[in-house]
Amino acid sequence: MNAARAPFALFLAFLAGAPFLLPEFYVTLMNFIGLATLVTLGLVLLTGVAGLMSFGQQVFVGLGAYTTAVLATKYGVSPWLTLGAGLAVTALAALALGLITVRLSGHYLPLSTLAWGIALYYLFGNLQLLGKHDGIQDIPAVSLLGWKVDTGRESYVLIWIAALAALVAARNLLDSRPGRAVRALRFRATMAESFGVDTARLKLVIFIYAALLAALSGWLYAHFLRFVSPGAFNVNIGIEYLFMAVVGGASHVWGAVVGASLLTLLKEWLKDLLPKFFDQSGNYEVIVFGLLMLPLLHRARDGLMPVFARLIPRDERAAAPAPAAPLARRAPPAAGVLLLEVTGLRKNFGGLAAVRELSFEMRGGEILGLIGPNGAGKSTVFNLVTGVLPADAGDVRFRGERIAGLRSRQIARRGIARTFQHVNLVGTMSALDNVAIGAHLRGAVGTGRAMLRLGRAEERRLLAEAARQLERVGLGAHLVEPAASLALGQQRLVEIARALAADPVLLLLDEPAAGLRLQEKSALADLLRRLRAEGTSILLVEHDMEFVMGLVDRLVVMDFGEKIAEGLPQAIQANPQVIEAYLGGVE
Amino acid sequence: MSTDIFLWLAQDGVTNGAIYALLALALLLVFTVTRVIFVPQGEFITFAALSLAMLESGRVPGTIYILALGGLAAAAIEIFVALRERAWRRLPRIALLYVALPLAIAAAVWWAAPRRLDQWVLVLLVLAMVVPLGPILYRIAFQPLASASVLVLFIVSMAVHYVLSGLSLVFFGGEGLRASAFSDAKFKLGVVDITAQSVWVVAASLVLIGALWYLFERTIYGKALRATAMNRVGARLVGIPTVLTGHLSFLLAAFIGACSGILISPITTLYYDTGFLIGLKGFVGAILGGMASYPLAAAGALAVGLLESFSSFWASAFKESIVFTLIIPVLVWQSLRSRHVEEDEE
Repeated sequence: MNAARAPFALFLAFLAGAPFLLPEFYVTLMNFIGLATLVTLGLVLLTGVAGLMSFGQQVFVGLGAYTTAVLATKYGVSPWLTLGAGLAVTALAALALGLITVRLSGHYLPLSTLAWGIALYYLFGNLQLLGKHDGIQDIPAVSLLGWKVDTGRESYVLIWIAALAALVAARNLLDSRPGRAVRALRFRATMAESFGVDTARLKLVIFIYAALLAALSGWLYAHFLRFVSPGAFNVNIGIEYLFMAVVGGASHVWGAVVGASLLTLLKEWLKDLLPKFFDQSGNYEVIVFGLLMLPLLHRARDGLMPVFARLIPRDERAAAPAPAAPLARRAPPAAGVLLLEVTGLRKNFGGLAAVRELSFEMRGGEILGLIGPNGAGKSTVFNLVTGVLPADAGDVRFRGERIAGLRSRQIARRGIARTFQHVNLVGTMSALDNVAIGAHLRGAVGTGRAMLRLGRAEERRLLAEAARQLERVGLGAHLVEPAASLALGQQRLVEIARALAADPVLLLLDEPAAGLRLQEKSALADLLRRLRAEGTSILLVEHDMEFVMGLVDRLVVMDFGEKIAEGLPQAIQANPQVIEAYLGGVE
Repeated sequence: MSTDIFLWLAQDGVTNGAIYALLALALLLVFTVTRVIFVPQGEFITFAALSLAMLESGRVPGTIYILALGGLAAAAIEIFVALRERAWRRLPRIALLYVALPLAIAAAVWWAAPRRLDQWVLVLLVLAMVVPLGPILYRIAFQPLASASVLVLFIVSMAVHYVLSGLSLVFFGGEGLRASAFSDAKFKLGVVDITAQSVWVVAASLVLIGALWYLFERTIYGKALRATAMNRVGARLVGIPTVLTGHLSFLLAAFIGACSGILISPITTLYYDTGFLIGLKGFVGAILGGMASYPLAAAGALAVGLLESFSSFWASAFKESIVFTLIIPVLVWQSLRSRHVEEDEE
């Protein structure tokens, strides 16, 4: 057996044996761990991976639990139908809440989750239909093909099948086309948008998915305990779920199991132990939890899962991808055809005019150099053309179509790809996965199929394409290394490979040669010439004049946001205005 | 609804709203200066209100243990850092600020509690117990993470809230307490009775808001706070120590929290966890103000107070649900305004 799979196999063996070997009390405890794992897993995806923080997951657990409780006790609906109803109710609630909060900046989401946590808690406790503060009793057991799940040991089976399925689905998701985009959400949303990812929609999908996991946990809870009351869904429970994710390690799927297990066991143990020391009654475990969180957040913000992960040998399957049929390519425009027209472009940052009345055009199969002193506005031009920033005035047309005002993901779809001046990679992801984000728009597998591990043929083709582009830029030996471990020059090459993986008609390179050594520079220049020969047009911002002059067909020179010259390299080198801009004029 | 009920509800709403407004200002101050979403603000209210009520009945409030423990914990951290940096000269100051001062306050309260002193003395004692908790909390929990992201600081906030609410239950128990009113007088204004307590609350809030304004506009410390809020790096570059502004903002937050607790304790029966909800209502007010503008935050908090008061008349059981749902329409409005892609720091 593969050594990397041994811990997983051990875990499965333990789960399979537990209901036969453990006494009732511990089986019940395992059930609570399984229920908490489901909710925490949602939070790991939401908070640790996608960067959205919620203290309100208990609300969704409550929605799932109360929906089934009401329908099953008051209307005698079968629990399997109420599962669907609970998920539907939760999905609608999460959609409504998500639509208005996931687009807002970081702290609004957790604050609003606190607020709706309180609002819903008091609603649960005051609605006649939900039994007010007494809750709802005598919820029927689930039965499946004549098997009645009415003991703790039987519930165990149901709970852990659900938890395992959710864990595997989450792992599958992260190891897929949409998963790569999700992993870019937290720190690299602008980059993801530039390669066609609809980040707002993806955040919403993850938010709803986390809510559905919580609702599933609520449904299982209701039919395991056969009783629901608002106390199980108060604000503190929501905070504990988040603590579980933090303790386990919010960026690891298995961190959900670690965190849920540790805190559930600790809580039980403290409830037993602490009253022996203190005569007064009190929520002592709350104090201990809080005190434990502080050093953890001060010293080990990534939680405990990385500690466990170090004990597990690296998975060797993650080597170079298998060869696969190449992806379909876009037809390049004929050489010399008008490709990009920029007219009267303007952008102000407060009182600073970064770009002023800039106009230029590019033709098919051309390398155009955009040069100028630092602060001339070159990178701003890139951001305006690719839709990262909205222009204040002016027009940008690509192949005759107006693209000014479009969002960057819509512009990416039309065949424009870029690199970033400041390296914009997902540091924890392999070079291969980073480059595969570039090919995002060339695949179609969505979150649902990815969780079921469908569409692996497409995935192989995307990874093969990413590997091909990495080999092209000379990084064939570094496919599986985390991007953050590469040298800066290599990271810039990964940026270029990622842009190439998008199969662009127009490639925008922002200082690609910075940090490269001499041989790497000439290899890069060769690569850009080959691309030009294949019909790709390139807009190049670069400070290395030797590199630029030997490569470009034409140059546009900017200074203080304005175009001061345009023409062939030799003419530009002799242009007195350009010399003045670079070297300073004679007073 | 008759006019006098309307006016009575309005008075109630304005009174509570004034307290929420104070809290909203404190929360906004802490957030803009330190980027901490300071959820434990509510615990200052609880501590102050319950301490006052306990002192009035001649009992020693558990706040002194929290103060002493907190002081010792902060001293331990400071001493550890000082020893590691071999800065011996810092030790006397640490001993004075974090050990001697809290213990002296605790001793004074211990001595004073059974003597049933005048209410004014008790108020001062409460302030002396609660206000130092602000800087102590900052030192223990937040200063080591001053450069962490807003979300990490938020989790720390929640952890601190957890500890304090647990301690609150241990030291104050589950029973509700209420302090006696500063004055039982009532004025007749038209058709409605105005209680002196309401006048007290509103007047004290206005005075505090005025004092804050003076602090920000006219003093060097206030300007340092504003500078840090606008640009942390820039403030550091011109020589404003962000550790100092952090301590200062937490000191002010604790002071405002304690004042709110003292003002609210004769109006409402408070339990060990009531402050949390009151503090969050301050947050709702601050969110209504977009988490950026002080006047808007105060206006938002006043709106929260009025909404709460009127919804307690029509749908008393759903009062909390209604107040906390209020932020949803505000967030809708804000989400319609924002269009940019969020970029978090790594």
